[in-house]
Amino acid sequence: MSHARYYVPEQSRWPILASIALFLLAYGAGTLMNALSADQGGGLGVALLLAGALMMGLILVGWFGNVIHESRSGLYSEQMDRSFRWGMSWFIFSEVMFFAAFFGALFYVRVLAVPWLGGEGEKGISQMLWPNFSAEWPLFNPPDAERFPGPGAVISPWHIPLLNTCLLVTSSFTLTLAHKALLKNARTQVRRWLFLTIVLGLIFLGFQAYEYVEAYHELGLTLQAGIYGATFFMLTGFHGLHVTLGTLMLIIILGRVLAGHFDARQHFGFEAVAWYWHFVDVVWLGLFLFVYVL
Amino acid sequence: MSTLDTTMATETGGHHGPAKGIGRWLFTTNHKDIGSMYLWFSLLMFFLGGCMALMIRAELFQPGLQLVEPGFFNQMTTMHGLIMVFGAVMPAFVGLANWMVPMMIGAPDMALPRMNNWSFWILPFAFAMLVSTLFMDGGAPNFGWTFYAPLSTTYAPPSVTYFIFAVHMMGISSIMGAINIIATILNMRAPGMTMMKLPLFCWTWLITAFLLIAVMPVLAGVVTMMLMDIHFGTSFFDAAGGGDPVLFQHVFWFFGHPEVYIMILPAFGIISQIIPTFARKRLFGYASMVYATASIAILSFLVWAHHMFTVGLPLAGELFFMFATMLIAVPTGVKVFNWVATMFRGSMTFETPMLFALAFVVLFTIGGFSGLMLAIAPVDFQYHDTYFVVAHFHYVLVPGAVFAIMAGVYYWLPKWTGHMLNERMGRLHFWLSFIGVNVTFFPMHFIGLAGMPRRIPDYALQFADFNMVATLGAFLFGFSQLVFLWNVIACVRGGRKAEARAWEGAEGLEWEVASPAPYHTFATPPKLPESLR
Repeated sequence: MSHARYYVPEQSRWPILASIALFLLAYGAGTLMNALSADQGGGLGVALLLAGALMMGLILVGWFGNVIHESRSGLYSEQMDRSFRWGMSWFIFSEVMFFAAFFGALFYVRVLAVPWLGGEGEKGISQMLWPNFSAEWPLFNPPDAERFPGPGAVISPWHIPLLNTCLLVTSSFTLTLAHKALLKNARTQVRRWLFLTIVLGLIFLGFQAYEYVEAYHELGLTLQAGIYGATFFMLTGFHGLHVTLGTLMLIIILGRVLAGHFDARQHFGFEAVAWYWHFVDVVWLGLFLFVYVL
Repeated sequence: MSTLDTTMATETGGHHGPAKGIGRWLFTTNHKDIGSMYLWFSLLMFFLGGCMALMIRAELFQPGLQLVEPGFFNQMTTMHGLIMVFGAVMPAFVGLANWMVPMMIGAPDMALPRMNNWSFWILPFAFAMLVSTLFMDGGAPNFGWTFYAPLSTTYAPPSVTYFIFAVHMMGISSIMGAINIIATILNMRAPGMTMMKLPLFCWTWLITAFLLIAVMPVLAGVVTMMLMDIHFGTSFFDAAGGGDPVLFQHVFWFFGHPEVYIMILPAFGIISQIIPTFARKRLFGYASMVYATASIAILSFLVWAHHMFTVGLPLAGELFFMFATMLIAVPTGVKVFNWVATMFRGSMTFETPMLFALAFVVLFTIGGFSGLMLAIAPVDFQYHDTYFVVAHFHYVLVPGAVFAIMAGVYYWLPKWTGHMLNERMGRLHFWLSFIGVNVTFFPMHFIGLAGMPRRIPDYALQFADFNMVATLGAFLFGFSQLVFLWNVIACVRGGRKAEARAWEGAEGLEWEVASPAPYHTFATPPKLPESLR
C-alpha cells in the first residue's frame, strides 16, 4: 500500500483568500504602527488589521476543516502522512531558527556589546562616548539614562519563573501520557490528560501575564528600559505567543478527541500539536536558563 | 467504500485537464501551473528591477547630478536590490523547482499542493506592498538592500514599516515553498530512486531549501527587532540603551550569507543538468558534486562576518572569517573542475542552453575569484563598499544566477511548451547578453579598485570613461532581454514540435514524458528508465 495513489487535492480557494488576509493583516499592522508613532489615530489600520485577522481566522477554520474532512474520509495514504510529518518537522525547525536569532542577539550584547561599551577589550575605545558607563548584567544603567531609563529591578528567577518551569515541564509529561493513552485507545484518559495539559498551559500564561504587569508597574522593567528589557520582553513575549498558539491548538485537539477523531493508528494532528508543545517547552528551558537565571 | 473510491479516482485521476479561465490560476493546486506563475512573476520583477538598474546607470552615465534626485537614487539602489533578490532570482528558482522536481523524481505533484499555491500567491501581494512604498510620503526605503541600522531605523522614511511587513510575507512564502520542496524530494521519489540517484538539480534544491528554512526566520527576527526599535522603543541597535548597531549587521549577514548561496546552489544544479546533456557524457564526479554542495551550505553559516571586515571586528574574528571564507573556494573549485571534466572529450554541441551554461562556468568563476580577493581581510579594507564589490556580486548573480535561470528556461522550454525554441533568436539573445553583461560589469572592477564608492549618484571625474562604458553595456544587456521575452512567447505559441527527449543527450525521468508534459504526470510512480537504474 505504500505506493497507493498520492492524494492531490482539487482546486482550492483557501490559498488565494489566505494571501489576501495576510496582506490585510500586514498592511493594517503597518498602517496602525505608523499612525501610532506619528501620534495619529489608527482608524484605518485597526480596521484593516481586524478585517485581516477575522478573515484569516475563518480561513484557518475552513482550510483545516477541509484537511480534517479529507483525512477522515480516508483519502490520505501513509505517504501523505509522511509528507505532513516532514512538513511539521521543518516548520518547527524554522521556529527554532527564529528564536535562535533572538538568543543570538542576547548572547551578543551580553558577551560582547555591553562589555565593549564599558571599555573592555580591543573595542573598548567605544567607551569614549559614555565615559561614566560601566558594564553589568542585568543592565540597570544603560549608557543614555534619559532615553533609556534602566529597570529598577528584574524578575527573580526563583519565584514565578521557577513555578512556570515546573508547570511547562509537567505539561509535557501530561501530554505524553495523553499520547500513550491514545495509543492504547483509552479515550477517557486521553481526554483527562489533555485537559490537564491545557489547564497547565493556561496557568502558565496567567502567571506570565501577572509577571509582565509586575515588571511594568512595580519594577520599571519595560521595552524601553534599554537592552535588558528589549531582549527580556522579545524572548519571553514571543515564547508566550507560541504558548498561546500551542494552547489553542491543544484545545482544538481536545475538541477533536471529544468529537471522536483520532485512533491508535492514525492521529498525526495530535502528534503535530504534541511536537509543537514540546518545542515550546524546550525553548522555555533555554529562556529560564539564559534570560532569568544566568 | 465505493463512493470513496470514486472520489479518489476523480480527485487524483490524471485524466482531466486544467480548469477554465482565471480560476485556473487563482485556485490551482497543480505544480506546473504554479511553476509557470512563479516564472512569469519572476520575469515581471526582473524587468521592473531592470528598469530601476537602468535608471541608476543612466544617472551614472556622466559625473554630476543629471536625471534624478540623490534621494530617489538611493531608493532605486535599494529597490533594485530587493526586487532582484527576492522578486526575480528566488522566485525563478522556485518556479523551476515546481516544474521540474516532481517530474524528475517521478512524483504526481508537490507534496503539499495547496500550500504550494499559497507560497506563490503571497508574493504578488508582498511585492505590491513593497513597490507601493515608492508612492508614499517620504519615499520608498532608501537604505540599501542590506538595510543597515540605524539608517533603516532612526533615519528611515515611514515606509520602512511596510518594507518590514513585506519582508515578513516574503519570508513566509519562502519557508513554505522550501518545506514543500524538502517534503517532496524526501518523500515522493519513485521506487528505486535512491538519494544518490537523485538528479543534481533536486540535490542542490534540497540543500537550498534547508538553507532557506534555516535563515529566513533569522531575517524575520532581524526585521522584527528593527520594527521594535522604530515603533516600540527598544534598543537592539542603539548603543545608548546598551544595544549595538553592529548587532544588526551580524544578524543580517547570518541570514545574508546563506542567502547568497540560496541564489547560486540551484544554479549549480541547473548547470549540472545541462552540461552532461550537451557534452553527451555522464556528469563527472556525481558524488563529489553532492558533497561539495553540502559543504558549501555548511560553510555558509560560518563566514557571515566577511561582509563586515571594516566595521571593527576583533582581530581573531577577522582572521577566522577570512580563512573560513577562503575554504569555500575548495568545494566550489571541485564543482568547476567537475563541469570542465564532464566536457573533456565529450561530443559537445552548442545549443542556446549550453551557451548560457558555458558562459556561466567561465563568468561565475571570475565572480568567484574576485570573491576570493574580497575575502582577504587586509585587502578588503581597500575594496570595501567600492564598485569592486558591485562588480563581484553582479558577476556571480547576473552571469551566474540569472544566466543559469535562462539556461534552465531554454533547456526545459520544449518540455513545458512542446515546441523547440528558435535557436537563432536564442543565440542572438545569448551573445547580446554575454557582451552586455561583461561591458557593464567588467569596468566596475577597475573603478572599484581605483576607489569609486558604491551607492553614490555622483563621482569624481577620473571615473567618467569607465562609467560611460558600463552604462552603455547596461542598456545593451537590459534591452536584449526583450529578445528573451520574445523568444519565450514565440516558443509558447508555436515552433518546431519537440520530442519527448527534446535534446539528444538528455537523460532523466522528465524526458520520458511527452512534450508538452501532460497536465498531470506520474499519477502512479513510474518505473525508472535503464539509465537511472
